[in-house]
Amino acid sequence: MPALVEMRGISKRFPGVQALSGVDFTLEAGEIHALLGENGAGKSTLMKVLGGIYSPDEGTIRINGEPVVIPTPARATELGIAFIHQELNLARHLTVAENICLGRPPRKRPLGLVDWKAMRETARRALDRLGAYVDPDAPVGSLSVGNQQLVEIARALSLDARVLIMDEPTAALTEAEAAKLAEVARNLAADGVGIIYITHRLEEIFRLCSRVTVLRDGTLVGSYPVSEVTPELLIARMVGRQLTERFPKQKVPIGEPILEVEGLTLPGKFTDVSFVLRRGEILGVAGLMGAGRSEVMRAVAGVERPASGRIRLGSREIPLGSVQAAVAHGIVMVPEDRRGQGLLTGRSVRENLSIAVLESLVHKGLIRGKAERALADRLIADLAIRTPGREQSVSYLSGGNQQKVVLGRWLATEPQVLILDEPTRGIDVGAKAEIYRLMGRLVQQGKGIILVSSDLPEVLGLADRVLVMHQGRVTAELSREQATQEQVMRAATGR
Amino acid sequence: MQAKINWGARVRQMGPGLAVLVIGAALSMLSRDFLTASNLLNVLRQVSINAIIACGMTMVILTAGIDLSVGSVLALSSAVTAGLAVGGTYPLLAILAGLGIGAILGLFNGLLVTRGGVPPFVATLGTMAIARGLTLVYTGGRPISKMPAMIRSTGAGYITGIPVPIVIMAVVVLLVYVFLNHTPYGRFIYAVGSNPEAARFAGIPVARVLTLAYLLTGVLSALAGVILTGRLNSAQPTAGSGDEMDAIAAVVLGGTSLAGGQGGVLGTVVGALIIGMLNNGLNLLNVPSFYQQVAKGAVILVAVLLDRRRR
Repeated sequence: MPALVEMRGISKRFPGVQALSGVDFTLEAGEIHALLGENGAGKSTLMKVLGGIYSPDEGTIRINGEPVVIPTPARATELGIAFIHQELNLARHLTVAENICLGRPPRKRPLGLVDWKAMRETARRALDRLGAYVDPDAPVGSLSVGNQQLVEIARALSLDARVLIMDEPTAALTEAEAAKLAEVARNLAADGVGIIYITHRLEEIFRLCSRVTVLRDGTLVGSYPVSEVTPELLIARMVGRQLTERFPKQKVPIGEPILEVEGLTLPGKFTDVSFVLRRGEILGVAGLMGAGRSEVMRAVAGVERPASGRIRLGSREIPLGSVQAAVAHGIVMVPEDRRGQGLLTGRSVRENLSIAVLESLVHKGLIRGKAERALADRLIADLAIRTPGREQSVSYLSGGNQQKVVLGRWLATEPQVLILDEPTRGIDVGAKAEIYRLMGRLVQQGKGIILVSSDLPEVLGLADRVLVMHQGRVTAELSREQATQEQVMRAATGR
Repeated sequence: MQAKINWGARVRQMGPGLAVLVIGAALSMLSRDFLTASNLLNVLRQVSINAIIACGMTMVILTAGIDLSVGSVLALSSAVTAGLAVGGTYPLLAILAGLGIGAILGLFNGLLVTRGGVPPFVATLGTMAIARGLTLVYTGGRPISKMPAMIRSTGAGYITGIPVPIVIMAVVVLLVYVFLNHTPYGRFIYAVGSNPEAARFAGIPVARVLTLAYLLTGVLSALAGVILTGRLNSAQPTAGSGDEMDAIAAVVLGGTSLAGGQGGVLGTVVGALIIGMLNNGLNLLNVPSFYQQVAKGAVILVAVLLDRRRR
C-alpha cells in the first residue's frame, strides 16, 4: 500500500538562504510523525510546501501514490491536507459553528439562505468526534487557546482531512489542554488520519509519536521509529555539534547592578515583576508563549506604561511609559517582531540606522547629511551588515541583516542596557552566530543585555542568569549552573 | 539585482516628470497658444493654489492619513480674512487671522486623529462639514468683496514680473521639501507613515508628528485661501469645494503612496502641474468643461494604474 504522503528531494531557496535541500519525507496513514529540528532547520518550510503555501524549487510529492502538485492552500485542502498553524486562523468574532463551516455554510433551498440548524449540527458532529465540550454558538474569541485549537482541528475534520499538520500545537497550551490535545491526536490517528507533529519538545515525541524525522539546516538527518531512539541521540542529531560551539559564551567579569526593576505590574499582563541586571551580564528570560515576557520588557523600554512599579538605572529613577526617557537613560529594546515593530519598511538602511539619533545630528535645525551618512557607514561596517549600500531599502535585506539594522539603530544611541526580544527568530545559522558574537562584544564593553527567547538552548547557552516567567509572574531565577532544560520548563509551566 | 532595483526607483521618480513632458509636447503640437511665456505663467498661477494645498496633503498622506477638510478650511480662512479686512482690520493682521484659523482647524484634525482615535477620513470629513458650515454662517452665504491692495497683491500682484502666487508656491515647496528631507520631524513623518508601530518602538513621538502634519496642512490650506481671496478680490462661501480631490490627485499622480511612507513633495508639484496643464490644454482645445472632468479623472486613473504595474 502506498504511503499517505511521500515527498522526495524537496528543495527550496529564499534570497540568501537555502531553506531546504533535497529533503525526503514519508507519512503513513494512522501514524503520528514528529518533525524535529532547531528553529530555521526547515521544518516549517517543508510543511508549507506540503500545505501549498510555498512551491518547491525541486522535488515531487505523492499522495496515496498519486503524483500531485500543490500550488495553493486551496489545493492542499482538496487533497485532504489540513495545516493547523501556530497562529490560529480563526475569525474571532464569529461563532464556533460559523468558523467550522467557514467559507462553505450549509444552504437552505430554494433561496440559498444559510441553514443555521444544519451548521450547528455539522459543528456539533465535528466537535463530538474530538470529544470537545465547546458550545457551537460561542464566539471563538471567548474560548481558551486550547479550545480554539480544537475548533480549528474540527474545521479540518469537517473538510475530510486525512493529513493533519500541527505546528508546535502545545506551545501556548496549559498542561491539561496539552493532555487533551494528545488524546485527540491519538484518537484521530486510530481513525487512520496521518498527523505530522512539528515540535522541539522531546518529551512530547516520546509520549505521543511513533516516528520522528530530524531536519538540520535544511537537510534531512534521518527518520527513525521513536522506539529505537533516545532523547540524547535526537539532540545530537538535531544539533549536530556541541552546544558550546553553538553559543560562543565569553567569560566576562560581572560588575555592579545597572538596571533595577521593582514590582512592575500591569493588570492582565504581568504582576509584581522585580529583577536586577548587572554590568557585563546576559540575563536570559524564558517562558512559554503568553507568559508576559515581552510585555514586561516593553514596559521596561517605555513602549508600554505599567500601572505601578519602579525602574532605576544606576541611582536615577526613570519615568515610566516613555521610550524617549528610556533611550535617554540608556535603555533600548530590539522588539520581537522585526517587520512589524522594528523596521521602517520601505525606507533606506541609512534612515533606519539614524532615526533614533537624528536630533543629535542636527545643526541649525537641519540634519547634517555628511554626519548621517558617516554614521550609517560606520554601523554597516561595525555590524557587517550585508547591503549593496546605505541607500538600499531595508525591505530587500535578509532577516539577519534586517535584525542587525535594528540593533545598529540602538547601538548608535550608546545604550547601557539592551533588551533583545527573540533576536534570532527566523534568521539563518550564520547570522545567528554573528549576533551571538556581537552580544559577547557588548557585554565585554560593560553593557548589560536582557535576552528574551523561546529558543531554550539559546537562553541556556548564553545567559549568566535565567529568569523564568509563567502567567505574568517570575516563577524562578536560576544561575547558569542551576539552569537546566527541565528546571526552566518546570518553572515555565508553573509547577 | 541592485542595479535593477535602483533603476526601478529611478524610473518611478522620473515617471511623473516624463508625463509632464509628454503632455506638454502633445499640447504644444495641438495648440500654438500653449507654449508661450504668458500661457505657461498662467498655468503656473492656476496651479499654485492646488500645489500649495497639495504640499500639505503630501505630508498627511505620507503619514498614511488623508485630509478631506482642506477645501473648507480654505473657504473659512478666506472668509475670515476678507471679513476682517473689509471691516477695517489691518490687512496683514487679517491674513494672520486667516492663517490662524487654518492652524486651529488643522490642530483640531490632528487631535481628533491622535487623541480621539478617529480615523483620518472620518475626522476630516467632519471638519470639512463644520468649516463649510461656519463659512456659510460667517458670510451669510454671500461673497465678501473689495479687498484692500495688500490682500489683492497676494493673489494678483507681481514680483519682478512673476505672479506672487507662483513665488509663494515656490517658497512653500522649498520649505516643505527641506522640512521633509532635512529635519528630524520631517523624517519622523516618513517613519510614522512607513510603520507606525516601529516608529513608536523607536521613540518617535508619533502623536505629535501626526498632529503637526495636520496642523501644517491646515495652515497651507489657509494660505491658499488668502491667495484665492486676493486673486478673486473677494471671498466666496463656496470657494474650494472639491479642492481636496485635486490635491489628493496631485499627490497620488506625484507618486506618493496612499499607504504612507513613500513619496515626496517634488512629485506632488509635478502632479499638480499635470492637472494644471490638462485643465489649461483642454481649455485651449475648446473641450467643454463637462468633458474636461471626465478626461481629468481618466488621466489620473491611467497614471496610477501604470504606476501600480511598474511596482
